[in-house]
Amino acid sequence: MGRTLKDNGLSMEALGQDLGLDYYPLHFEEVPESFMMEIAVYGLPVRMPHWSFGVRYIYQLVQHRMGNSRLYEVVYPGNPGRAYLTKGNSLAENTLVVAHVLGHADFSKNNALFKRSQEEIGYRIVEQAAAHAQRIASAIEEHGEEKVEQVLDAALALEAHVDTFKGMRRNLQKQPTNTSVNSNCAFRERYRDLPGEQLQGSDDGQQPGAGAIFSQEQDLLWFIANHAPELEGWERDIFLAVREESFYFYPVFACQIMNEGWACHWHAKLLREADFLSDGDYLDAIKTHSDVVRPHAAGRNVSLAANPYHLGFCIWEKIIEEQGMERAFEIRAEDDDFSFIRNYLTEELAAELDLFEYVAKSDGTVEVVDNGIAELRESILASKFNFGAPVVVADRIDVDGTLHLVHDHKTDGRGLDLRRTEKVLEYVQRVWRRKVTMDTVDAKGAPRALSSAA
Amino acid sequence: MNRPSTFACYEDQEQHWYDLFSRGARDWLRHNEKIGRAVREKLPELIANADVLGSGENTVKVPVRFMEHFRFRLRAPEEQNGVGQGQAKSGDKLGRPGQEKKQGKKGAGGEGEGGFDLVLELKIDDIVDWLWEELKLPNLQPKSGGMRDEDLVREGWNRRGARSRLDRRRSLKEALKRRVVDRDGPAFIDDDLRFRQLVMRKQPATKAAVFFAMDVSSSMRDRDRKLAKMFFFWVMQGLRRQYQQIETAFVAHTVKAWEFNESEFFEVRGSGGTVASSAFGMVNDIIRERFDPSEYNIYLFYASDGENFRDDHDAASSSLSEISSAANYLGYVETPASEDRALETETAEIFKTLMEAGGAAGSFALTDTDAVWTAIRGFFQDQVSEEAG
Repeated sequence: MGRTLKDNGLSMEALGQDLGLDYYPLHFEEVPESFMMEIAVYGLPVRMPHWSFGVRYIYQLVQHRMGNSRLYEVVYPGNPGRAYLTKGNSLAENTLVVAHVLGHADFSKNNALFKRSQEEIGYRIVEQAAAHAQRIASAIEEHGEEKVEQVLDAALALEAHVDTFKGMRRNLQKQPTNTSVNSNCAFRERYRDLPGEQLQGSDDGQQPGAGAIFSQEQDLLWFIANHAPELEGWERDIFLAVREESFYFYPVFACQIMNEGWACHWHAKLLREADFLSDGDYLDAIKTHSDVVRPHAAGRNVSLAANPYHLGFCIWEKIIEEQGMERAFEIRAEDDDFSFIRNYLTEELAAELDLFEYVAKSDGTVEVVDNGIAELRESILASKFNFGAPVVVADRIDVDGTLHLVHDHKTDGRGLDLRRTEKVLEYVQRVWRRKVTMDTVDAKGAPRALSSAA
Repeated sequence: MNRPSTFACYEDQEQHWYDLFSRGARDWLRHNEKIGRAVREKLPELIANADVLGSGENTVKVPVRFMEHFRFRLRAPEEQNGVGQGQAKSGDKLGRPGQEKKQGKKGAGGEGEGGFDLVLELKIDDIVDWLWEELKLPNLQPKSGGMRDEDLVREGWNRRGARSRLDRRRSLKEALKRRVVDRDGPAFIDDDLRFRQLVMRKQPATKAAVFFAMDVSSSMRDRDRKLAKMFFFWVMQGLRRQYQQIETAFVAHTVKAWEFNESEFFEVRGSGGTVASSAFGMVNDIIRERFDPSEYNIYLFYASDGENFRDDHDAASSSLSEISSAANYLGYVETPASEDRALETETAEIFKTLMEAGGAAGSFALTDTDAVWTAIRGFFQDQVSEEAG
């Protein structure tokens, strides 16, 4: 009677705990590959329906058929954490994957960004997302697919536009609405506090919040959920559901290199120590390890992308070699990809890994450049700023309810894609139900104001 | 101390909720449904570009692009910095100008990657439905008048009949009526039973004969044939909605006329000049032989570049009038050699004279694929007004 995955998994756990891994209990489940594929597409095992997931699903399916992608595991932080493994992978592969998952679980219990997001949104994201999906399903029943889809078109388009620094739960009253009026007038403040008095009553025919100046609100999902003039309860519910999931996704996104590197480091380490594996299984597992942790350039001379697994893995190995395991545990608790890359991707390591910076021009020329390690690091991080989205803020609401969005093109270095922006404004207008505008710059850097057709 | 983890490794026989349906497939179908609707908004293009004839299928394949769920994105930069890995040193050129960069954009979305296209398969019937809605056309009715078929229809009731024609509701009603008077009578007696009656009645004719005639003289270019073919196809689809049974005949002509089957018809190439009367004469012969106007609704559609021999004018006119007296409608489509002279040709003149004399006919110019849409709309609207008039 050979060993089962459970036997190997429990042995791996015992080993990991001896070596200092600290994590919430995990629930492992082997699921069919088709289901793994959906988890990868939706980001969560059960998630709200939207046609855009269907498009990603087909890409995934085709890529998979062409043999370009293999899925090993998906793990959800929480208490308990939930890990899905692909049924049909070999025992050796899945044993390696269990070890990998232990690394992730340790990371997500201890890393500051993950800790904070879990404290805010709870430890059961899988169940919460399923509850969102359930509520949206009943909204579809009640209000029809078209209407729900319109709300999801807008909310999911703004998925990345949240402000994780300001936090998940925010007090609406404390927002500096009408600061210009209120703050400099102590009388008004005292007047407002009188029992039965309501300043800025809604019976004066104005939109609630109209004319208000907001402090450059970046959390557009929160902003629309709370200030849209005619948003209905169920629509707000959808916006807040999408927002909650975004808060969950943020640390996963912002710590990808660190987190994957950490998990790879741990599966490699646990594998080395795993005396309960047969030689054959050990070789199989090691082969899988080298498939995953492999520079994209392997077998070719150059690749125009760096494998985040490989990059993270190598940085961690270096840290542990030079600064010891204790320090590594601290770094995994305190850093995110930005500080991780800036602090620990040294010039020597970059050279060792053959990393190079290049400039790709729109005419197709790609030229290797050497502008120093600082710029190389920023190039790695460039796509990660602001949840990977342009910096857009809600600037003000006019008396007629028009919402003005402003793109911070100085921070982003260039203007928005105008065609796409107009389409998103159309989505947003359908839930805002008033005109929505966006200030950005065009290709020449000249100011450009776009607006939804309303 | 950590609690131990749990492992669930299911057996294959077990059924799980995720086996029951695929969310990915559900959302993909929804995407396709939306694309279908977007395609529908481009009906004129669809009609003009669908390569429909000859396939012998009931569907049209339309290449479409995936829908994009839009996000705020930065404008595509002139220059983009990236980090690669491998043996390369500063100043190395890794790509050549003109090489289209086909790298998928990494990030939250998966949208925007090139690579493969979607081919949507649309039912011809659906397209015709859309066409009908788009043109706000009522359902066409078969022409009435002297044209009748005999058929059995239900009419009235009888106290005797075959078991299968027993009308239960009617019989029960009779029984109730009887028991109002005779309260203690039996539930049913034979006299209560009512049977549906069938009688022979004349019905409006539901058969049609459609003639497609085409000038295949050397002046007709491939493009002209293609335009004519598109028009013929959609006209046929429209007529199919109107008649239960349609028979077709294909006549090609130069100075002489021949009858062909459908597949050969569009391939025929002739040489020499254009004598339309040859085709019209043949259509008259076929009507006499095969399609009795009292049984068939007859349609003729004729495509030509309009350059008919002048000497043929009288022969063609009289032959066409003869068809007209037997037919519901005559349609002329011209694929003119020059756009600005459309429908000013010899053949157009013949049709014009016929229309002025009160014949049910229409002329349409097919200068390009866009004109196919206009012509089809014109034809169907003619049909509706004919019916109203």
